[in-house]
Amino acid sequence: MTFFLVSSIVKIVVVFTVIMVGVALLTLAERRICAWIQDRLGPNRVGPQGLLQPAADGLKNLVKEETLPARADKVLFMLAPAMSFIPALLTFAVIPFAAPLPTPWGDVDMMVANLPVGFLYILAFGSLGVYGIVLAGWSSNNKYSLLGGLRASAQMISYEIALGMSTVAVLLLAGNVTLTDVIAKQAQSVFTWNVFPLSLAFFIFIVAAFAETNRLPFDLPEAEGELIAGYHTEYSAMKFSMFYIAEYSNMVTASALMTTLFFGGWDIPITTWDNTPPWTTLKTLATLAMFSAKVMCFLFLFIWVRWTLPRFRYDQLMALGWKVMLPLALAYVTVIATAIWFLHDRLGWTYDSRFALALFALNLVLAVPLFFVLDRGHLIAGSVAEQGERA
Amino acid sequence: MDGTLIIFWGFAGLAVVSALSCITRRSPVASALWLVVTLFSLAALFVLLDAQFIAVLQVLVYAGAIMVLFLFVIMLLNLGPAGPTDLKGPAGLGVGVLLAGGLFVQLLGLARAAPSPGLVLPPGAVARAAAEQGMVPAVARPLFAAYLVPFEITSILLLTAIVGAVVLAKRKL
Repeated sequence: MTFFLVSSIVKIVVVFTVIMVGVALLTLAERRICAWIQDRLGPNRVGPQGLLQPAADGLKNLVKEETLPARADKVLFMLAPAMSFIPALLTFAVIPFAAPLPTPWGDVDMMVANLPVGFLYILAFGSLGVYGIVLAGWSSNNKYSLLGGLRASAQMISYEIALGMSTVAVLLLAGNVTLTDVIAKQAQSVFTWNVFPLSLAFFIFIVAAFAETNRLPFDLPEAEGELIAGYHTEYSAMKFSMFYIAEYSNMVTASALMTTLFFGGWDIPITTWDNTPPWTTLKTLATLAMFSAKVMCFLFLFIWVRWTLPRFRYDQLMALGWKVMLPLALAYVTVIATAIWFLHDRLGWTYDSRFALALFALNLVLAVPLFFVLDRGHLIAGSVAEQGERA
Repeated sequence: MDGTLIIFWGFAGLAVVSALSCITRRSPVASALWLVVTLFSLAALFVLLDAQFIAVLQVLVYAGAIMVLFLFVIMLLNLGPAGPTDLKGPAGLGVGVLLAGGLFVQLLGLARAAPSPGLVLPPGAVARAAAEQGMVPAVARPLFAAYLVPFEITSILLLTAIVGAVVLAKRKL
């Protein structure tokens, strides 16, 4: 009991620190990568390669003047940044980030809390983050903020359904909702990583994840061309900073979630050395490095997409959410459930590479017409049509 | 005092206080937020009863989805503080007090009476079921086997409500 308490507290402190430092460095990474994409230098003056820039920004935000708009709802205005910040950090608690660590007092799971409802906990707390944004918009007593808050709530609800539906397929394959089981099921080989048997679910998930984290091309709640800065227009100093931290922690959690659900979590591909006991410290470190590398790839993807794609129009966003993503996710769950039932119950296959590759083939067959329909002659047929015009 | 008991009284008290705040606040946004707090403390009480799945669903569906929609509607219509109380005159107040008193007496009776034997699980039964078949199947199996018909009828009821809402909201279909 004492050991459980001590190890939990140590894990909480370590995970919290790593996320906060990671978020700070992520703000720098965003600015440097943005600069690189736009062929500029970016912040490179504070410390070597600008590495101390986040510290300078943090200090600036701490000593800046806090403003309180006239006729704002004071209590909610103060609470809102915390309400968006806390769920963003809480969701990371159930994500396993390495193989268990052996200690003289027993193996320690490398996750803050090993809940029996693991994955559902993430969905539940992920859905609470919107309160911070909505209340920030409402309590500011500013019409741009209010519009940003309204957009955020509508957008979150629309895409949350597609997000949940796309993960049903993952849970069907794993047969359980604990993330430890989801990873164990994927660890057999590279092809059993869910991104292969459930490619379309991953596609739906990643689109919904961009929408849920309010990142471009879905950053309508803070669209600066229309709403100044959206829900955080009236915020300054540390309170503004907290929204920023919340956004980046959400990004970290979303990346970790994509890694866990679709890319084998901390599993090292090719070898099965890392996911069989006896556990050693070396295995823990190696898997931790693997997990971090995968998460960083997704973080880079988030930044890359932000500085590449333009923003959606609001009606396009809603049409995509309700008329494409939701029916697609529903139909996909039906198809994948039938396929799993057929392969598992009819043909009696157990879950291995063969099973996964059969599902992957099904995904490819489904993906071709899907992307053709989604494209509606813009990209694939577009270039052909252009050539025809020229001729 | 037992640690679990302290947590129980904490969340039970929070549930009662926030429920009271929910019905006494004038501002609709404050009421909605207090309701979220109530739902959250109920979820915590579910966890204490070893029903983590129900607790998570409580947060996911009620606190995370339905209440966000409530807030959305309140903000969209920009509702100000409500007017004078709905209870009209001393007669309405009397009826309200009478009903509340009746409910309170019922609760007192329930608190004293022993629970019916059908509702009492042998000690450790929940933990055993969770270990054998996982948290979710323990709820899902009865829902889709023994209680399939009531479950389907409930979903038809909800579908009817949705169709009704669409018909009422749309002038022209």
